[in-house]
Order: sequence, then structure tokens, then C-alpha cells
Amino acid sequence: MLTVQDLCVARGGVAVLEGLGFTLSPGKVLILRGPNGAGKTTLLRTLAGLQPALEGQVQADPETVTYSGHADGLKATLTVAENLAFWASVHGQTTIEPAIVAMNLLALRDRRAADVSAGQKRRLGLARLMVTGRKVWLMDEPTVSLDAASVALFGAMLRAHLGQGGAAIVATHIDLGLPEAEVLDLTPFRARQKRQGAFDEAFA
Amino acid sequence: MSIWEYANPKKFMQTSAWALPWVSGLSVILLGVGLVWGFFFTPDDYKQGATVKIIYLHVPSAMMAISAWFMMLAGSLIWLIRRHHVSALSAKAAAPVGLTFTVIGLVTGAIWGQPMWGTWWAWDPRLTSFLILGLFYLGYIALWAAVEDADTAADLTSVLCIVGSVFAFLSRYAVLFWNQGLHQGASVSVVQGSDQVSNVYGAPLLVCVTGFVLLFVTLVLLRTRTEIRARRIKALIARERAAA
Amino acid sequence: MRALLIRDIRLAMRAGGGFGLGLAFFLMVAVLVPLGVGPESALLSRIAPGILWVGALLACLLSLDRMFALDFEDGSLDLMAVSPLPLEGVAAMKALAHWLVTGLPLVVISPVLGLLLSLSPAGYVWLVASLALGSPALSLIGAFGAALTVGLKRGGLILSLIVLPMYVPTLVFGAEAVRRGAAGTDALVPLLFLAAISLGCAAILPFACGAAIRANLK
Repeated sequence: MLTVQDLCVARGGVAVLEGLGFTLSPGKVLILRGPNGAGKTTLLRTLAGLQPALEGQVQADPETVTYSGHADGLKATLTVAENLAFWASVHGQTTIEPAIVAMNLLALRDRRAADVSAGQKRRLGLARLMVTGRKVWLMDEPTVSLDAASVALFGAMLRAHLGQGGAAIVATHIDLGLPEAEVLDLTPFRARQKRQGAFDEAFA
Repeated sequence: MSIWEYANPKKFMQTSAWALPWVSGLSVILLGVGLVWGFFFTPDDYKQGATVKIIYLHVPSAMMAISAWFMMLAGSLIWLIRRHHVSALSAKAAAPVGLTFTVIGLVTGAIWGQPMWGTWWAWDPRLTSFLILGLFYLGYIALWAAVEDADTAADLTSVLCIVGSVFAFLSRYAVLFWNQGLHQGASVSVVQGSDQVSNVYGAPLLVCVTGFVLLFVTLVLLRTRTEIRARRIKALIARERAAA
Repeated sequence: MRALLIRDIRLAMRAGGGFGLGLAFFLMVAVLVPLGVGPESALLSRIAPGILWVGALLACLLSLDRMFALDFEDGSLDLMAVSPLPLEGVAAMKALAHWLVTGLPLVVISPVLGLLLSLSPAGYVWLVASLALGSPALSLIGAFGAALTVGLKRGGLILSLIVLPMYVPTLVFGAEAVRRGAAGTDALVPLLFLAAISLGCAAILPFACGAAIRANLK
């Protein structure tokens, strides 16, 4: 569903990861590990097509990929249901009920997003992934500000998604309770600095 | 060898280092000859007196103010299409030079206008369009200065330059529509008109215009070299930081 | 795309959305100018077309910096870039929403302000017509400026520096149409120019906006 070949990604014009290659097939989840600043976010944004790769290729149908970053794209003055309904209709979907149930948002449905807690907001942000109807989920630290129960909820949602032939790449440090998940440590792919005197490094 | 090879920063640095002394030297000579010839060895105008001699500064800088924008437009298009960094940086380098020529054009115009029209400033279409051109330069320079990432800045300013050109052009005609004005017609043009500069003034003027063109080239080359060096320094710092 | 339009209008209408701010500003201008230049109605009537157009233009400018910046900050713009919506379409819808929320109310209220500034009776039709035809261009040009400055921390000032020179043709033709209309001469030509600018902006600027947003998201 998503194939990466000899990928080099850059942040602010400086290469951070190079030589990356992997394939994501349906039903698979790939966990990205690596210290802060290793380039997890940059890699995910590159895979999502938000920024160009410095070298190499990402092969994926852009119509199958969706992304969830640090910010959830929620509007404080819209209700939980309105927020979800907006993203659903942007993606040509009509139903938001399964997502609301899966992330246990039923009681918060008609509350404004401004009036729910950080963890609840995050749950809403994750529920958004379900209403996109897309197969490949790229997730950047999805469990930030979630409590243990919510993490379990998220794990269940992710497993259901994989069960329906979906796939996911998750940058996270905590155990999602998915023993089948593959782990990709990014440390060995850290970009080496180009040798001295390579003049055009300033003009990558 | 393709002409695009000169867009390679390294090649550009070599070529410009070689060309700079010649271009700048020639520009100084031409400006010296043209200005001295114009100021001291041409007769006073029967109507305008000695005031007319400001033409040697006014006309060339006004021409260069517009040409600089066209050069930036070309640089922006080349950056967007072929992504040559030197092209984007030369557009960046040309902007303050163009703005300066615009200001010189306006100031010398005011000095010329005061004795002729009895006013430093009038909302004449030509003057107004020049002022608006100055505003476009300001916006363009401000955007370059504000965006941190160099490539993003190049992308954004290039788009601005192209769209801005359309609006600058529109403004020119809108302003003509708005007020017909005092200013004489273009002093130098290919088609012979009745209100043309006479040959006595024409020859030194031509020398001055050439001098200004070379001055512009000199300044843009110098500033582009500075921009390239600044980019190299930035890359070095980033590398040191990444290595640490 | 319709969902985006509806969402933006809904956001503007809810608390803190800023609906009516531009309108209030426009009213302030129409009140402050006579206080500044004196109550003589012959003078006011002469400068009314210009004041009303400059006021409308500045009122439009007020809310521009929020057009994309809010969506950029909360991550919506990233998510839209990944969604099936083309960014060009997003920009067009945002400009349309801005016009519906800011430009259209200005058009509607302008006759009242014309009254305050003793605009001559023949000018009202032309005032409403010129604002109706010209304000879409103001929103579209504004969207372009907003798209260029969306990634900047304090983009507001640069936004106005970029947008105001581009407003010149719209302002010139708009105010000229009202001036000629009020004087009873032929105002159709500037009005047609105004319509042409709006249509041209609608055709071209969404693409420029899309390119600018894409560069800013990188």
C-alpha cells in the first residue's frame, strides 16, 4: 500500500534521515522509534506528501493516505459532532457514528470542542481518522495526553482498522498492545553529514 | 555547454568574480564620462535652463527602476520552473537596488518638478505609478525578510513577483484612467515623437543609461555573491550544529 | 468544498468569529471622517466616494490575517492538504466565505454610510453596484496575501504591505465609478473594469494561493 525506497528526508533544508526503505502491506502496522529530533515527524509529513523528499521515492496512492499530527485540526467553537461531520464530508463520507462510538465520544457529542479536556480532544482527533475512510493512517504521537483506558480504546480502534485491510505507521514511545506490530528504529538511518568541501550543500 | 551551467552557484561565483572588475570599471567610466559631458558640455535648454540636466540622473534611474522589476520577474520565473538557486537569489538581490532607483527617480523628479511645475509632488499618473511601484518593491523585500526558510521564501516571493507584476501593470493603467497628468511623454523611445529629447542631450544621455545599466549589473552581481556566501555560512552553521 | 464553506461561515458567526468587526470598522470610518474634515456637506459629498471605498477596503483588510492562519495553527490546513480537497479549491472557498461574511455586509450597509457622508442621490446605485462587483476582488487578493504570509509569526503587517498595493486598481475603478455616478456622467466603463478585475482574480488567484499554501506547509 505504501512503498518507500532509498528515502532521504530533510528538515529546514538539512537532511535528517537517509537510506530509508520499507513496504507497508494491508493489515500491517509499523511503529517508528527514535529519540527526539530523530526525524519521526519529518518522515511522517514526507510520507503524507506535505513536504518533498530530498532523495528517493514514496510510492503510495495519495487518495489512500491520511495523516494525524500534533495538532488535531479541531475548531473550538464547533461541537464534537460538527467537527467530525466536517472532516467526514470533506472526505466524501456521510456517517460519523462508528467513529463516535469507537472513541467513546457519545456523551460529548454536542459539547463544543473548547469545553472538552485535552485527552477528550485527542480522542476526537483520532476519531477523525476513522471518518476519512482512508486505508493508510500516518500517526504522529497519537497517544499524547491519553489515559490508559483511552490508549486501550485507541488500540482497539487501530486493530479494527487493520482487520478491515487498513495499515498504519505510528510514531510512538508507548506500548499500544499490538504484539504483531513491526518496529522500525530510526537511529541507524540518521543522515551522515556530507563530506567537507561539497560546495552545493548550501543549495540542496 | 548549456547556458544553465552558469546557474550553478559555484560556476556563478567564478564567472562573476571574473566579470565584476570589468563591469564595475566600465560602469564607473561611462557614468563619469556621461555625467561630466552632460553637466558641463551641453547647452542649457531654451525653456528649462540648467534644470534640464537632472535628466542624466532622472531618466536612467527611472528606466532601471522598471527594468529591475522585469529582471526580478525573469528570475522568479526561472526559479519556479527550473529551480536554480542563483536565479532566486539574484531576484532577491535586485529588489533593494530597484527600490533605490525608484527612490532616486522620485527624488530627482521632485527636484526637477519644483522649478518646472511649481510643485515638488503632483498626483500625476507617471509619478503615482512610480510611487506604487515603490510600494510593490517594499512588499516584496519585506516578504523575503520575513520568511525564515530560504527555499520557502524563494517560492513565496516568486509567486508574489509574478502576481504583483500583473497588478503593477493594472495599476499603471488604472492610474492613467484616473488622472491624465502633467508629465511629459517618455523622453527616450524607439518611435520618433515630437516631444523628444534633442540630439544634443541624447548622446550623453545614452552614455549615462548604459552606465546605469552596468551599475545595476554590478550591484546585482555583488549582492547575489553576498547572498550565496550568506547561504553557505548558514549551511556551515547548520552542519556544525547537526554534527555536535 | 461546500462543507468547508459552511464551516467557515458557521465559525465566523459563532462567538469570537469576528463577524461584524469589519462592519463596525466601516461605520467608524464614516463617522470619524466628517469629524476630521468638518461637517460641510458639499465637501463631504465630494469626498464620499473615495472615503467609502477606502473604508470598505480597510474593513476588508482587518479580517484577512485570520483567513488561513487559524487553520494553519490548529493543523486543519495540513489535514486539508492531505484530504481530497485541492488547495486551490480551499483558497477559493475561503475567499468566498470571507466575501460573504465581510464584503457582502459592507455592500448592504454602504447606502446608510453614503447618507452619513451626504453622497449625492445619483451615486447610491453606483456605490452599491461598484462595491458588489469590486469587493470579491478585495477578498480574493486578500486571500492571496493571507496565503503568502500564513506561516509567519506576525504576518499581519506584511500582509497589509503586500495586499494594499494590489488593491490600487480595484480602488481606483471602484471610487471612480461612484464619483462619475454621483456626478451624473457615464460610470459604466469603470464599473466594467471592476467586474473584469474581480473575474480575473477569481480565475487566477486561487491557483497562486494554492502554490503559496503548498510552499508554506513544507
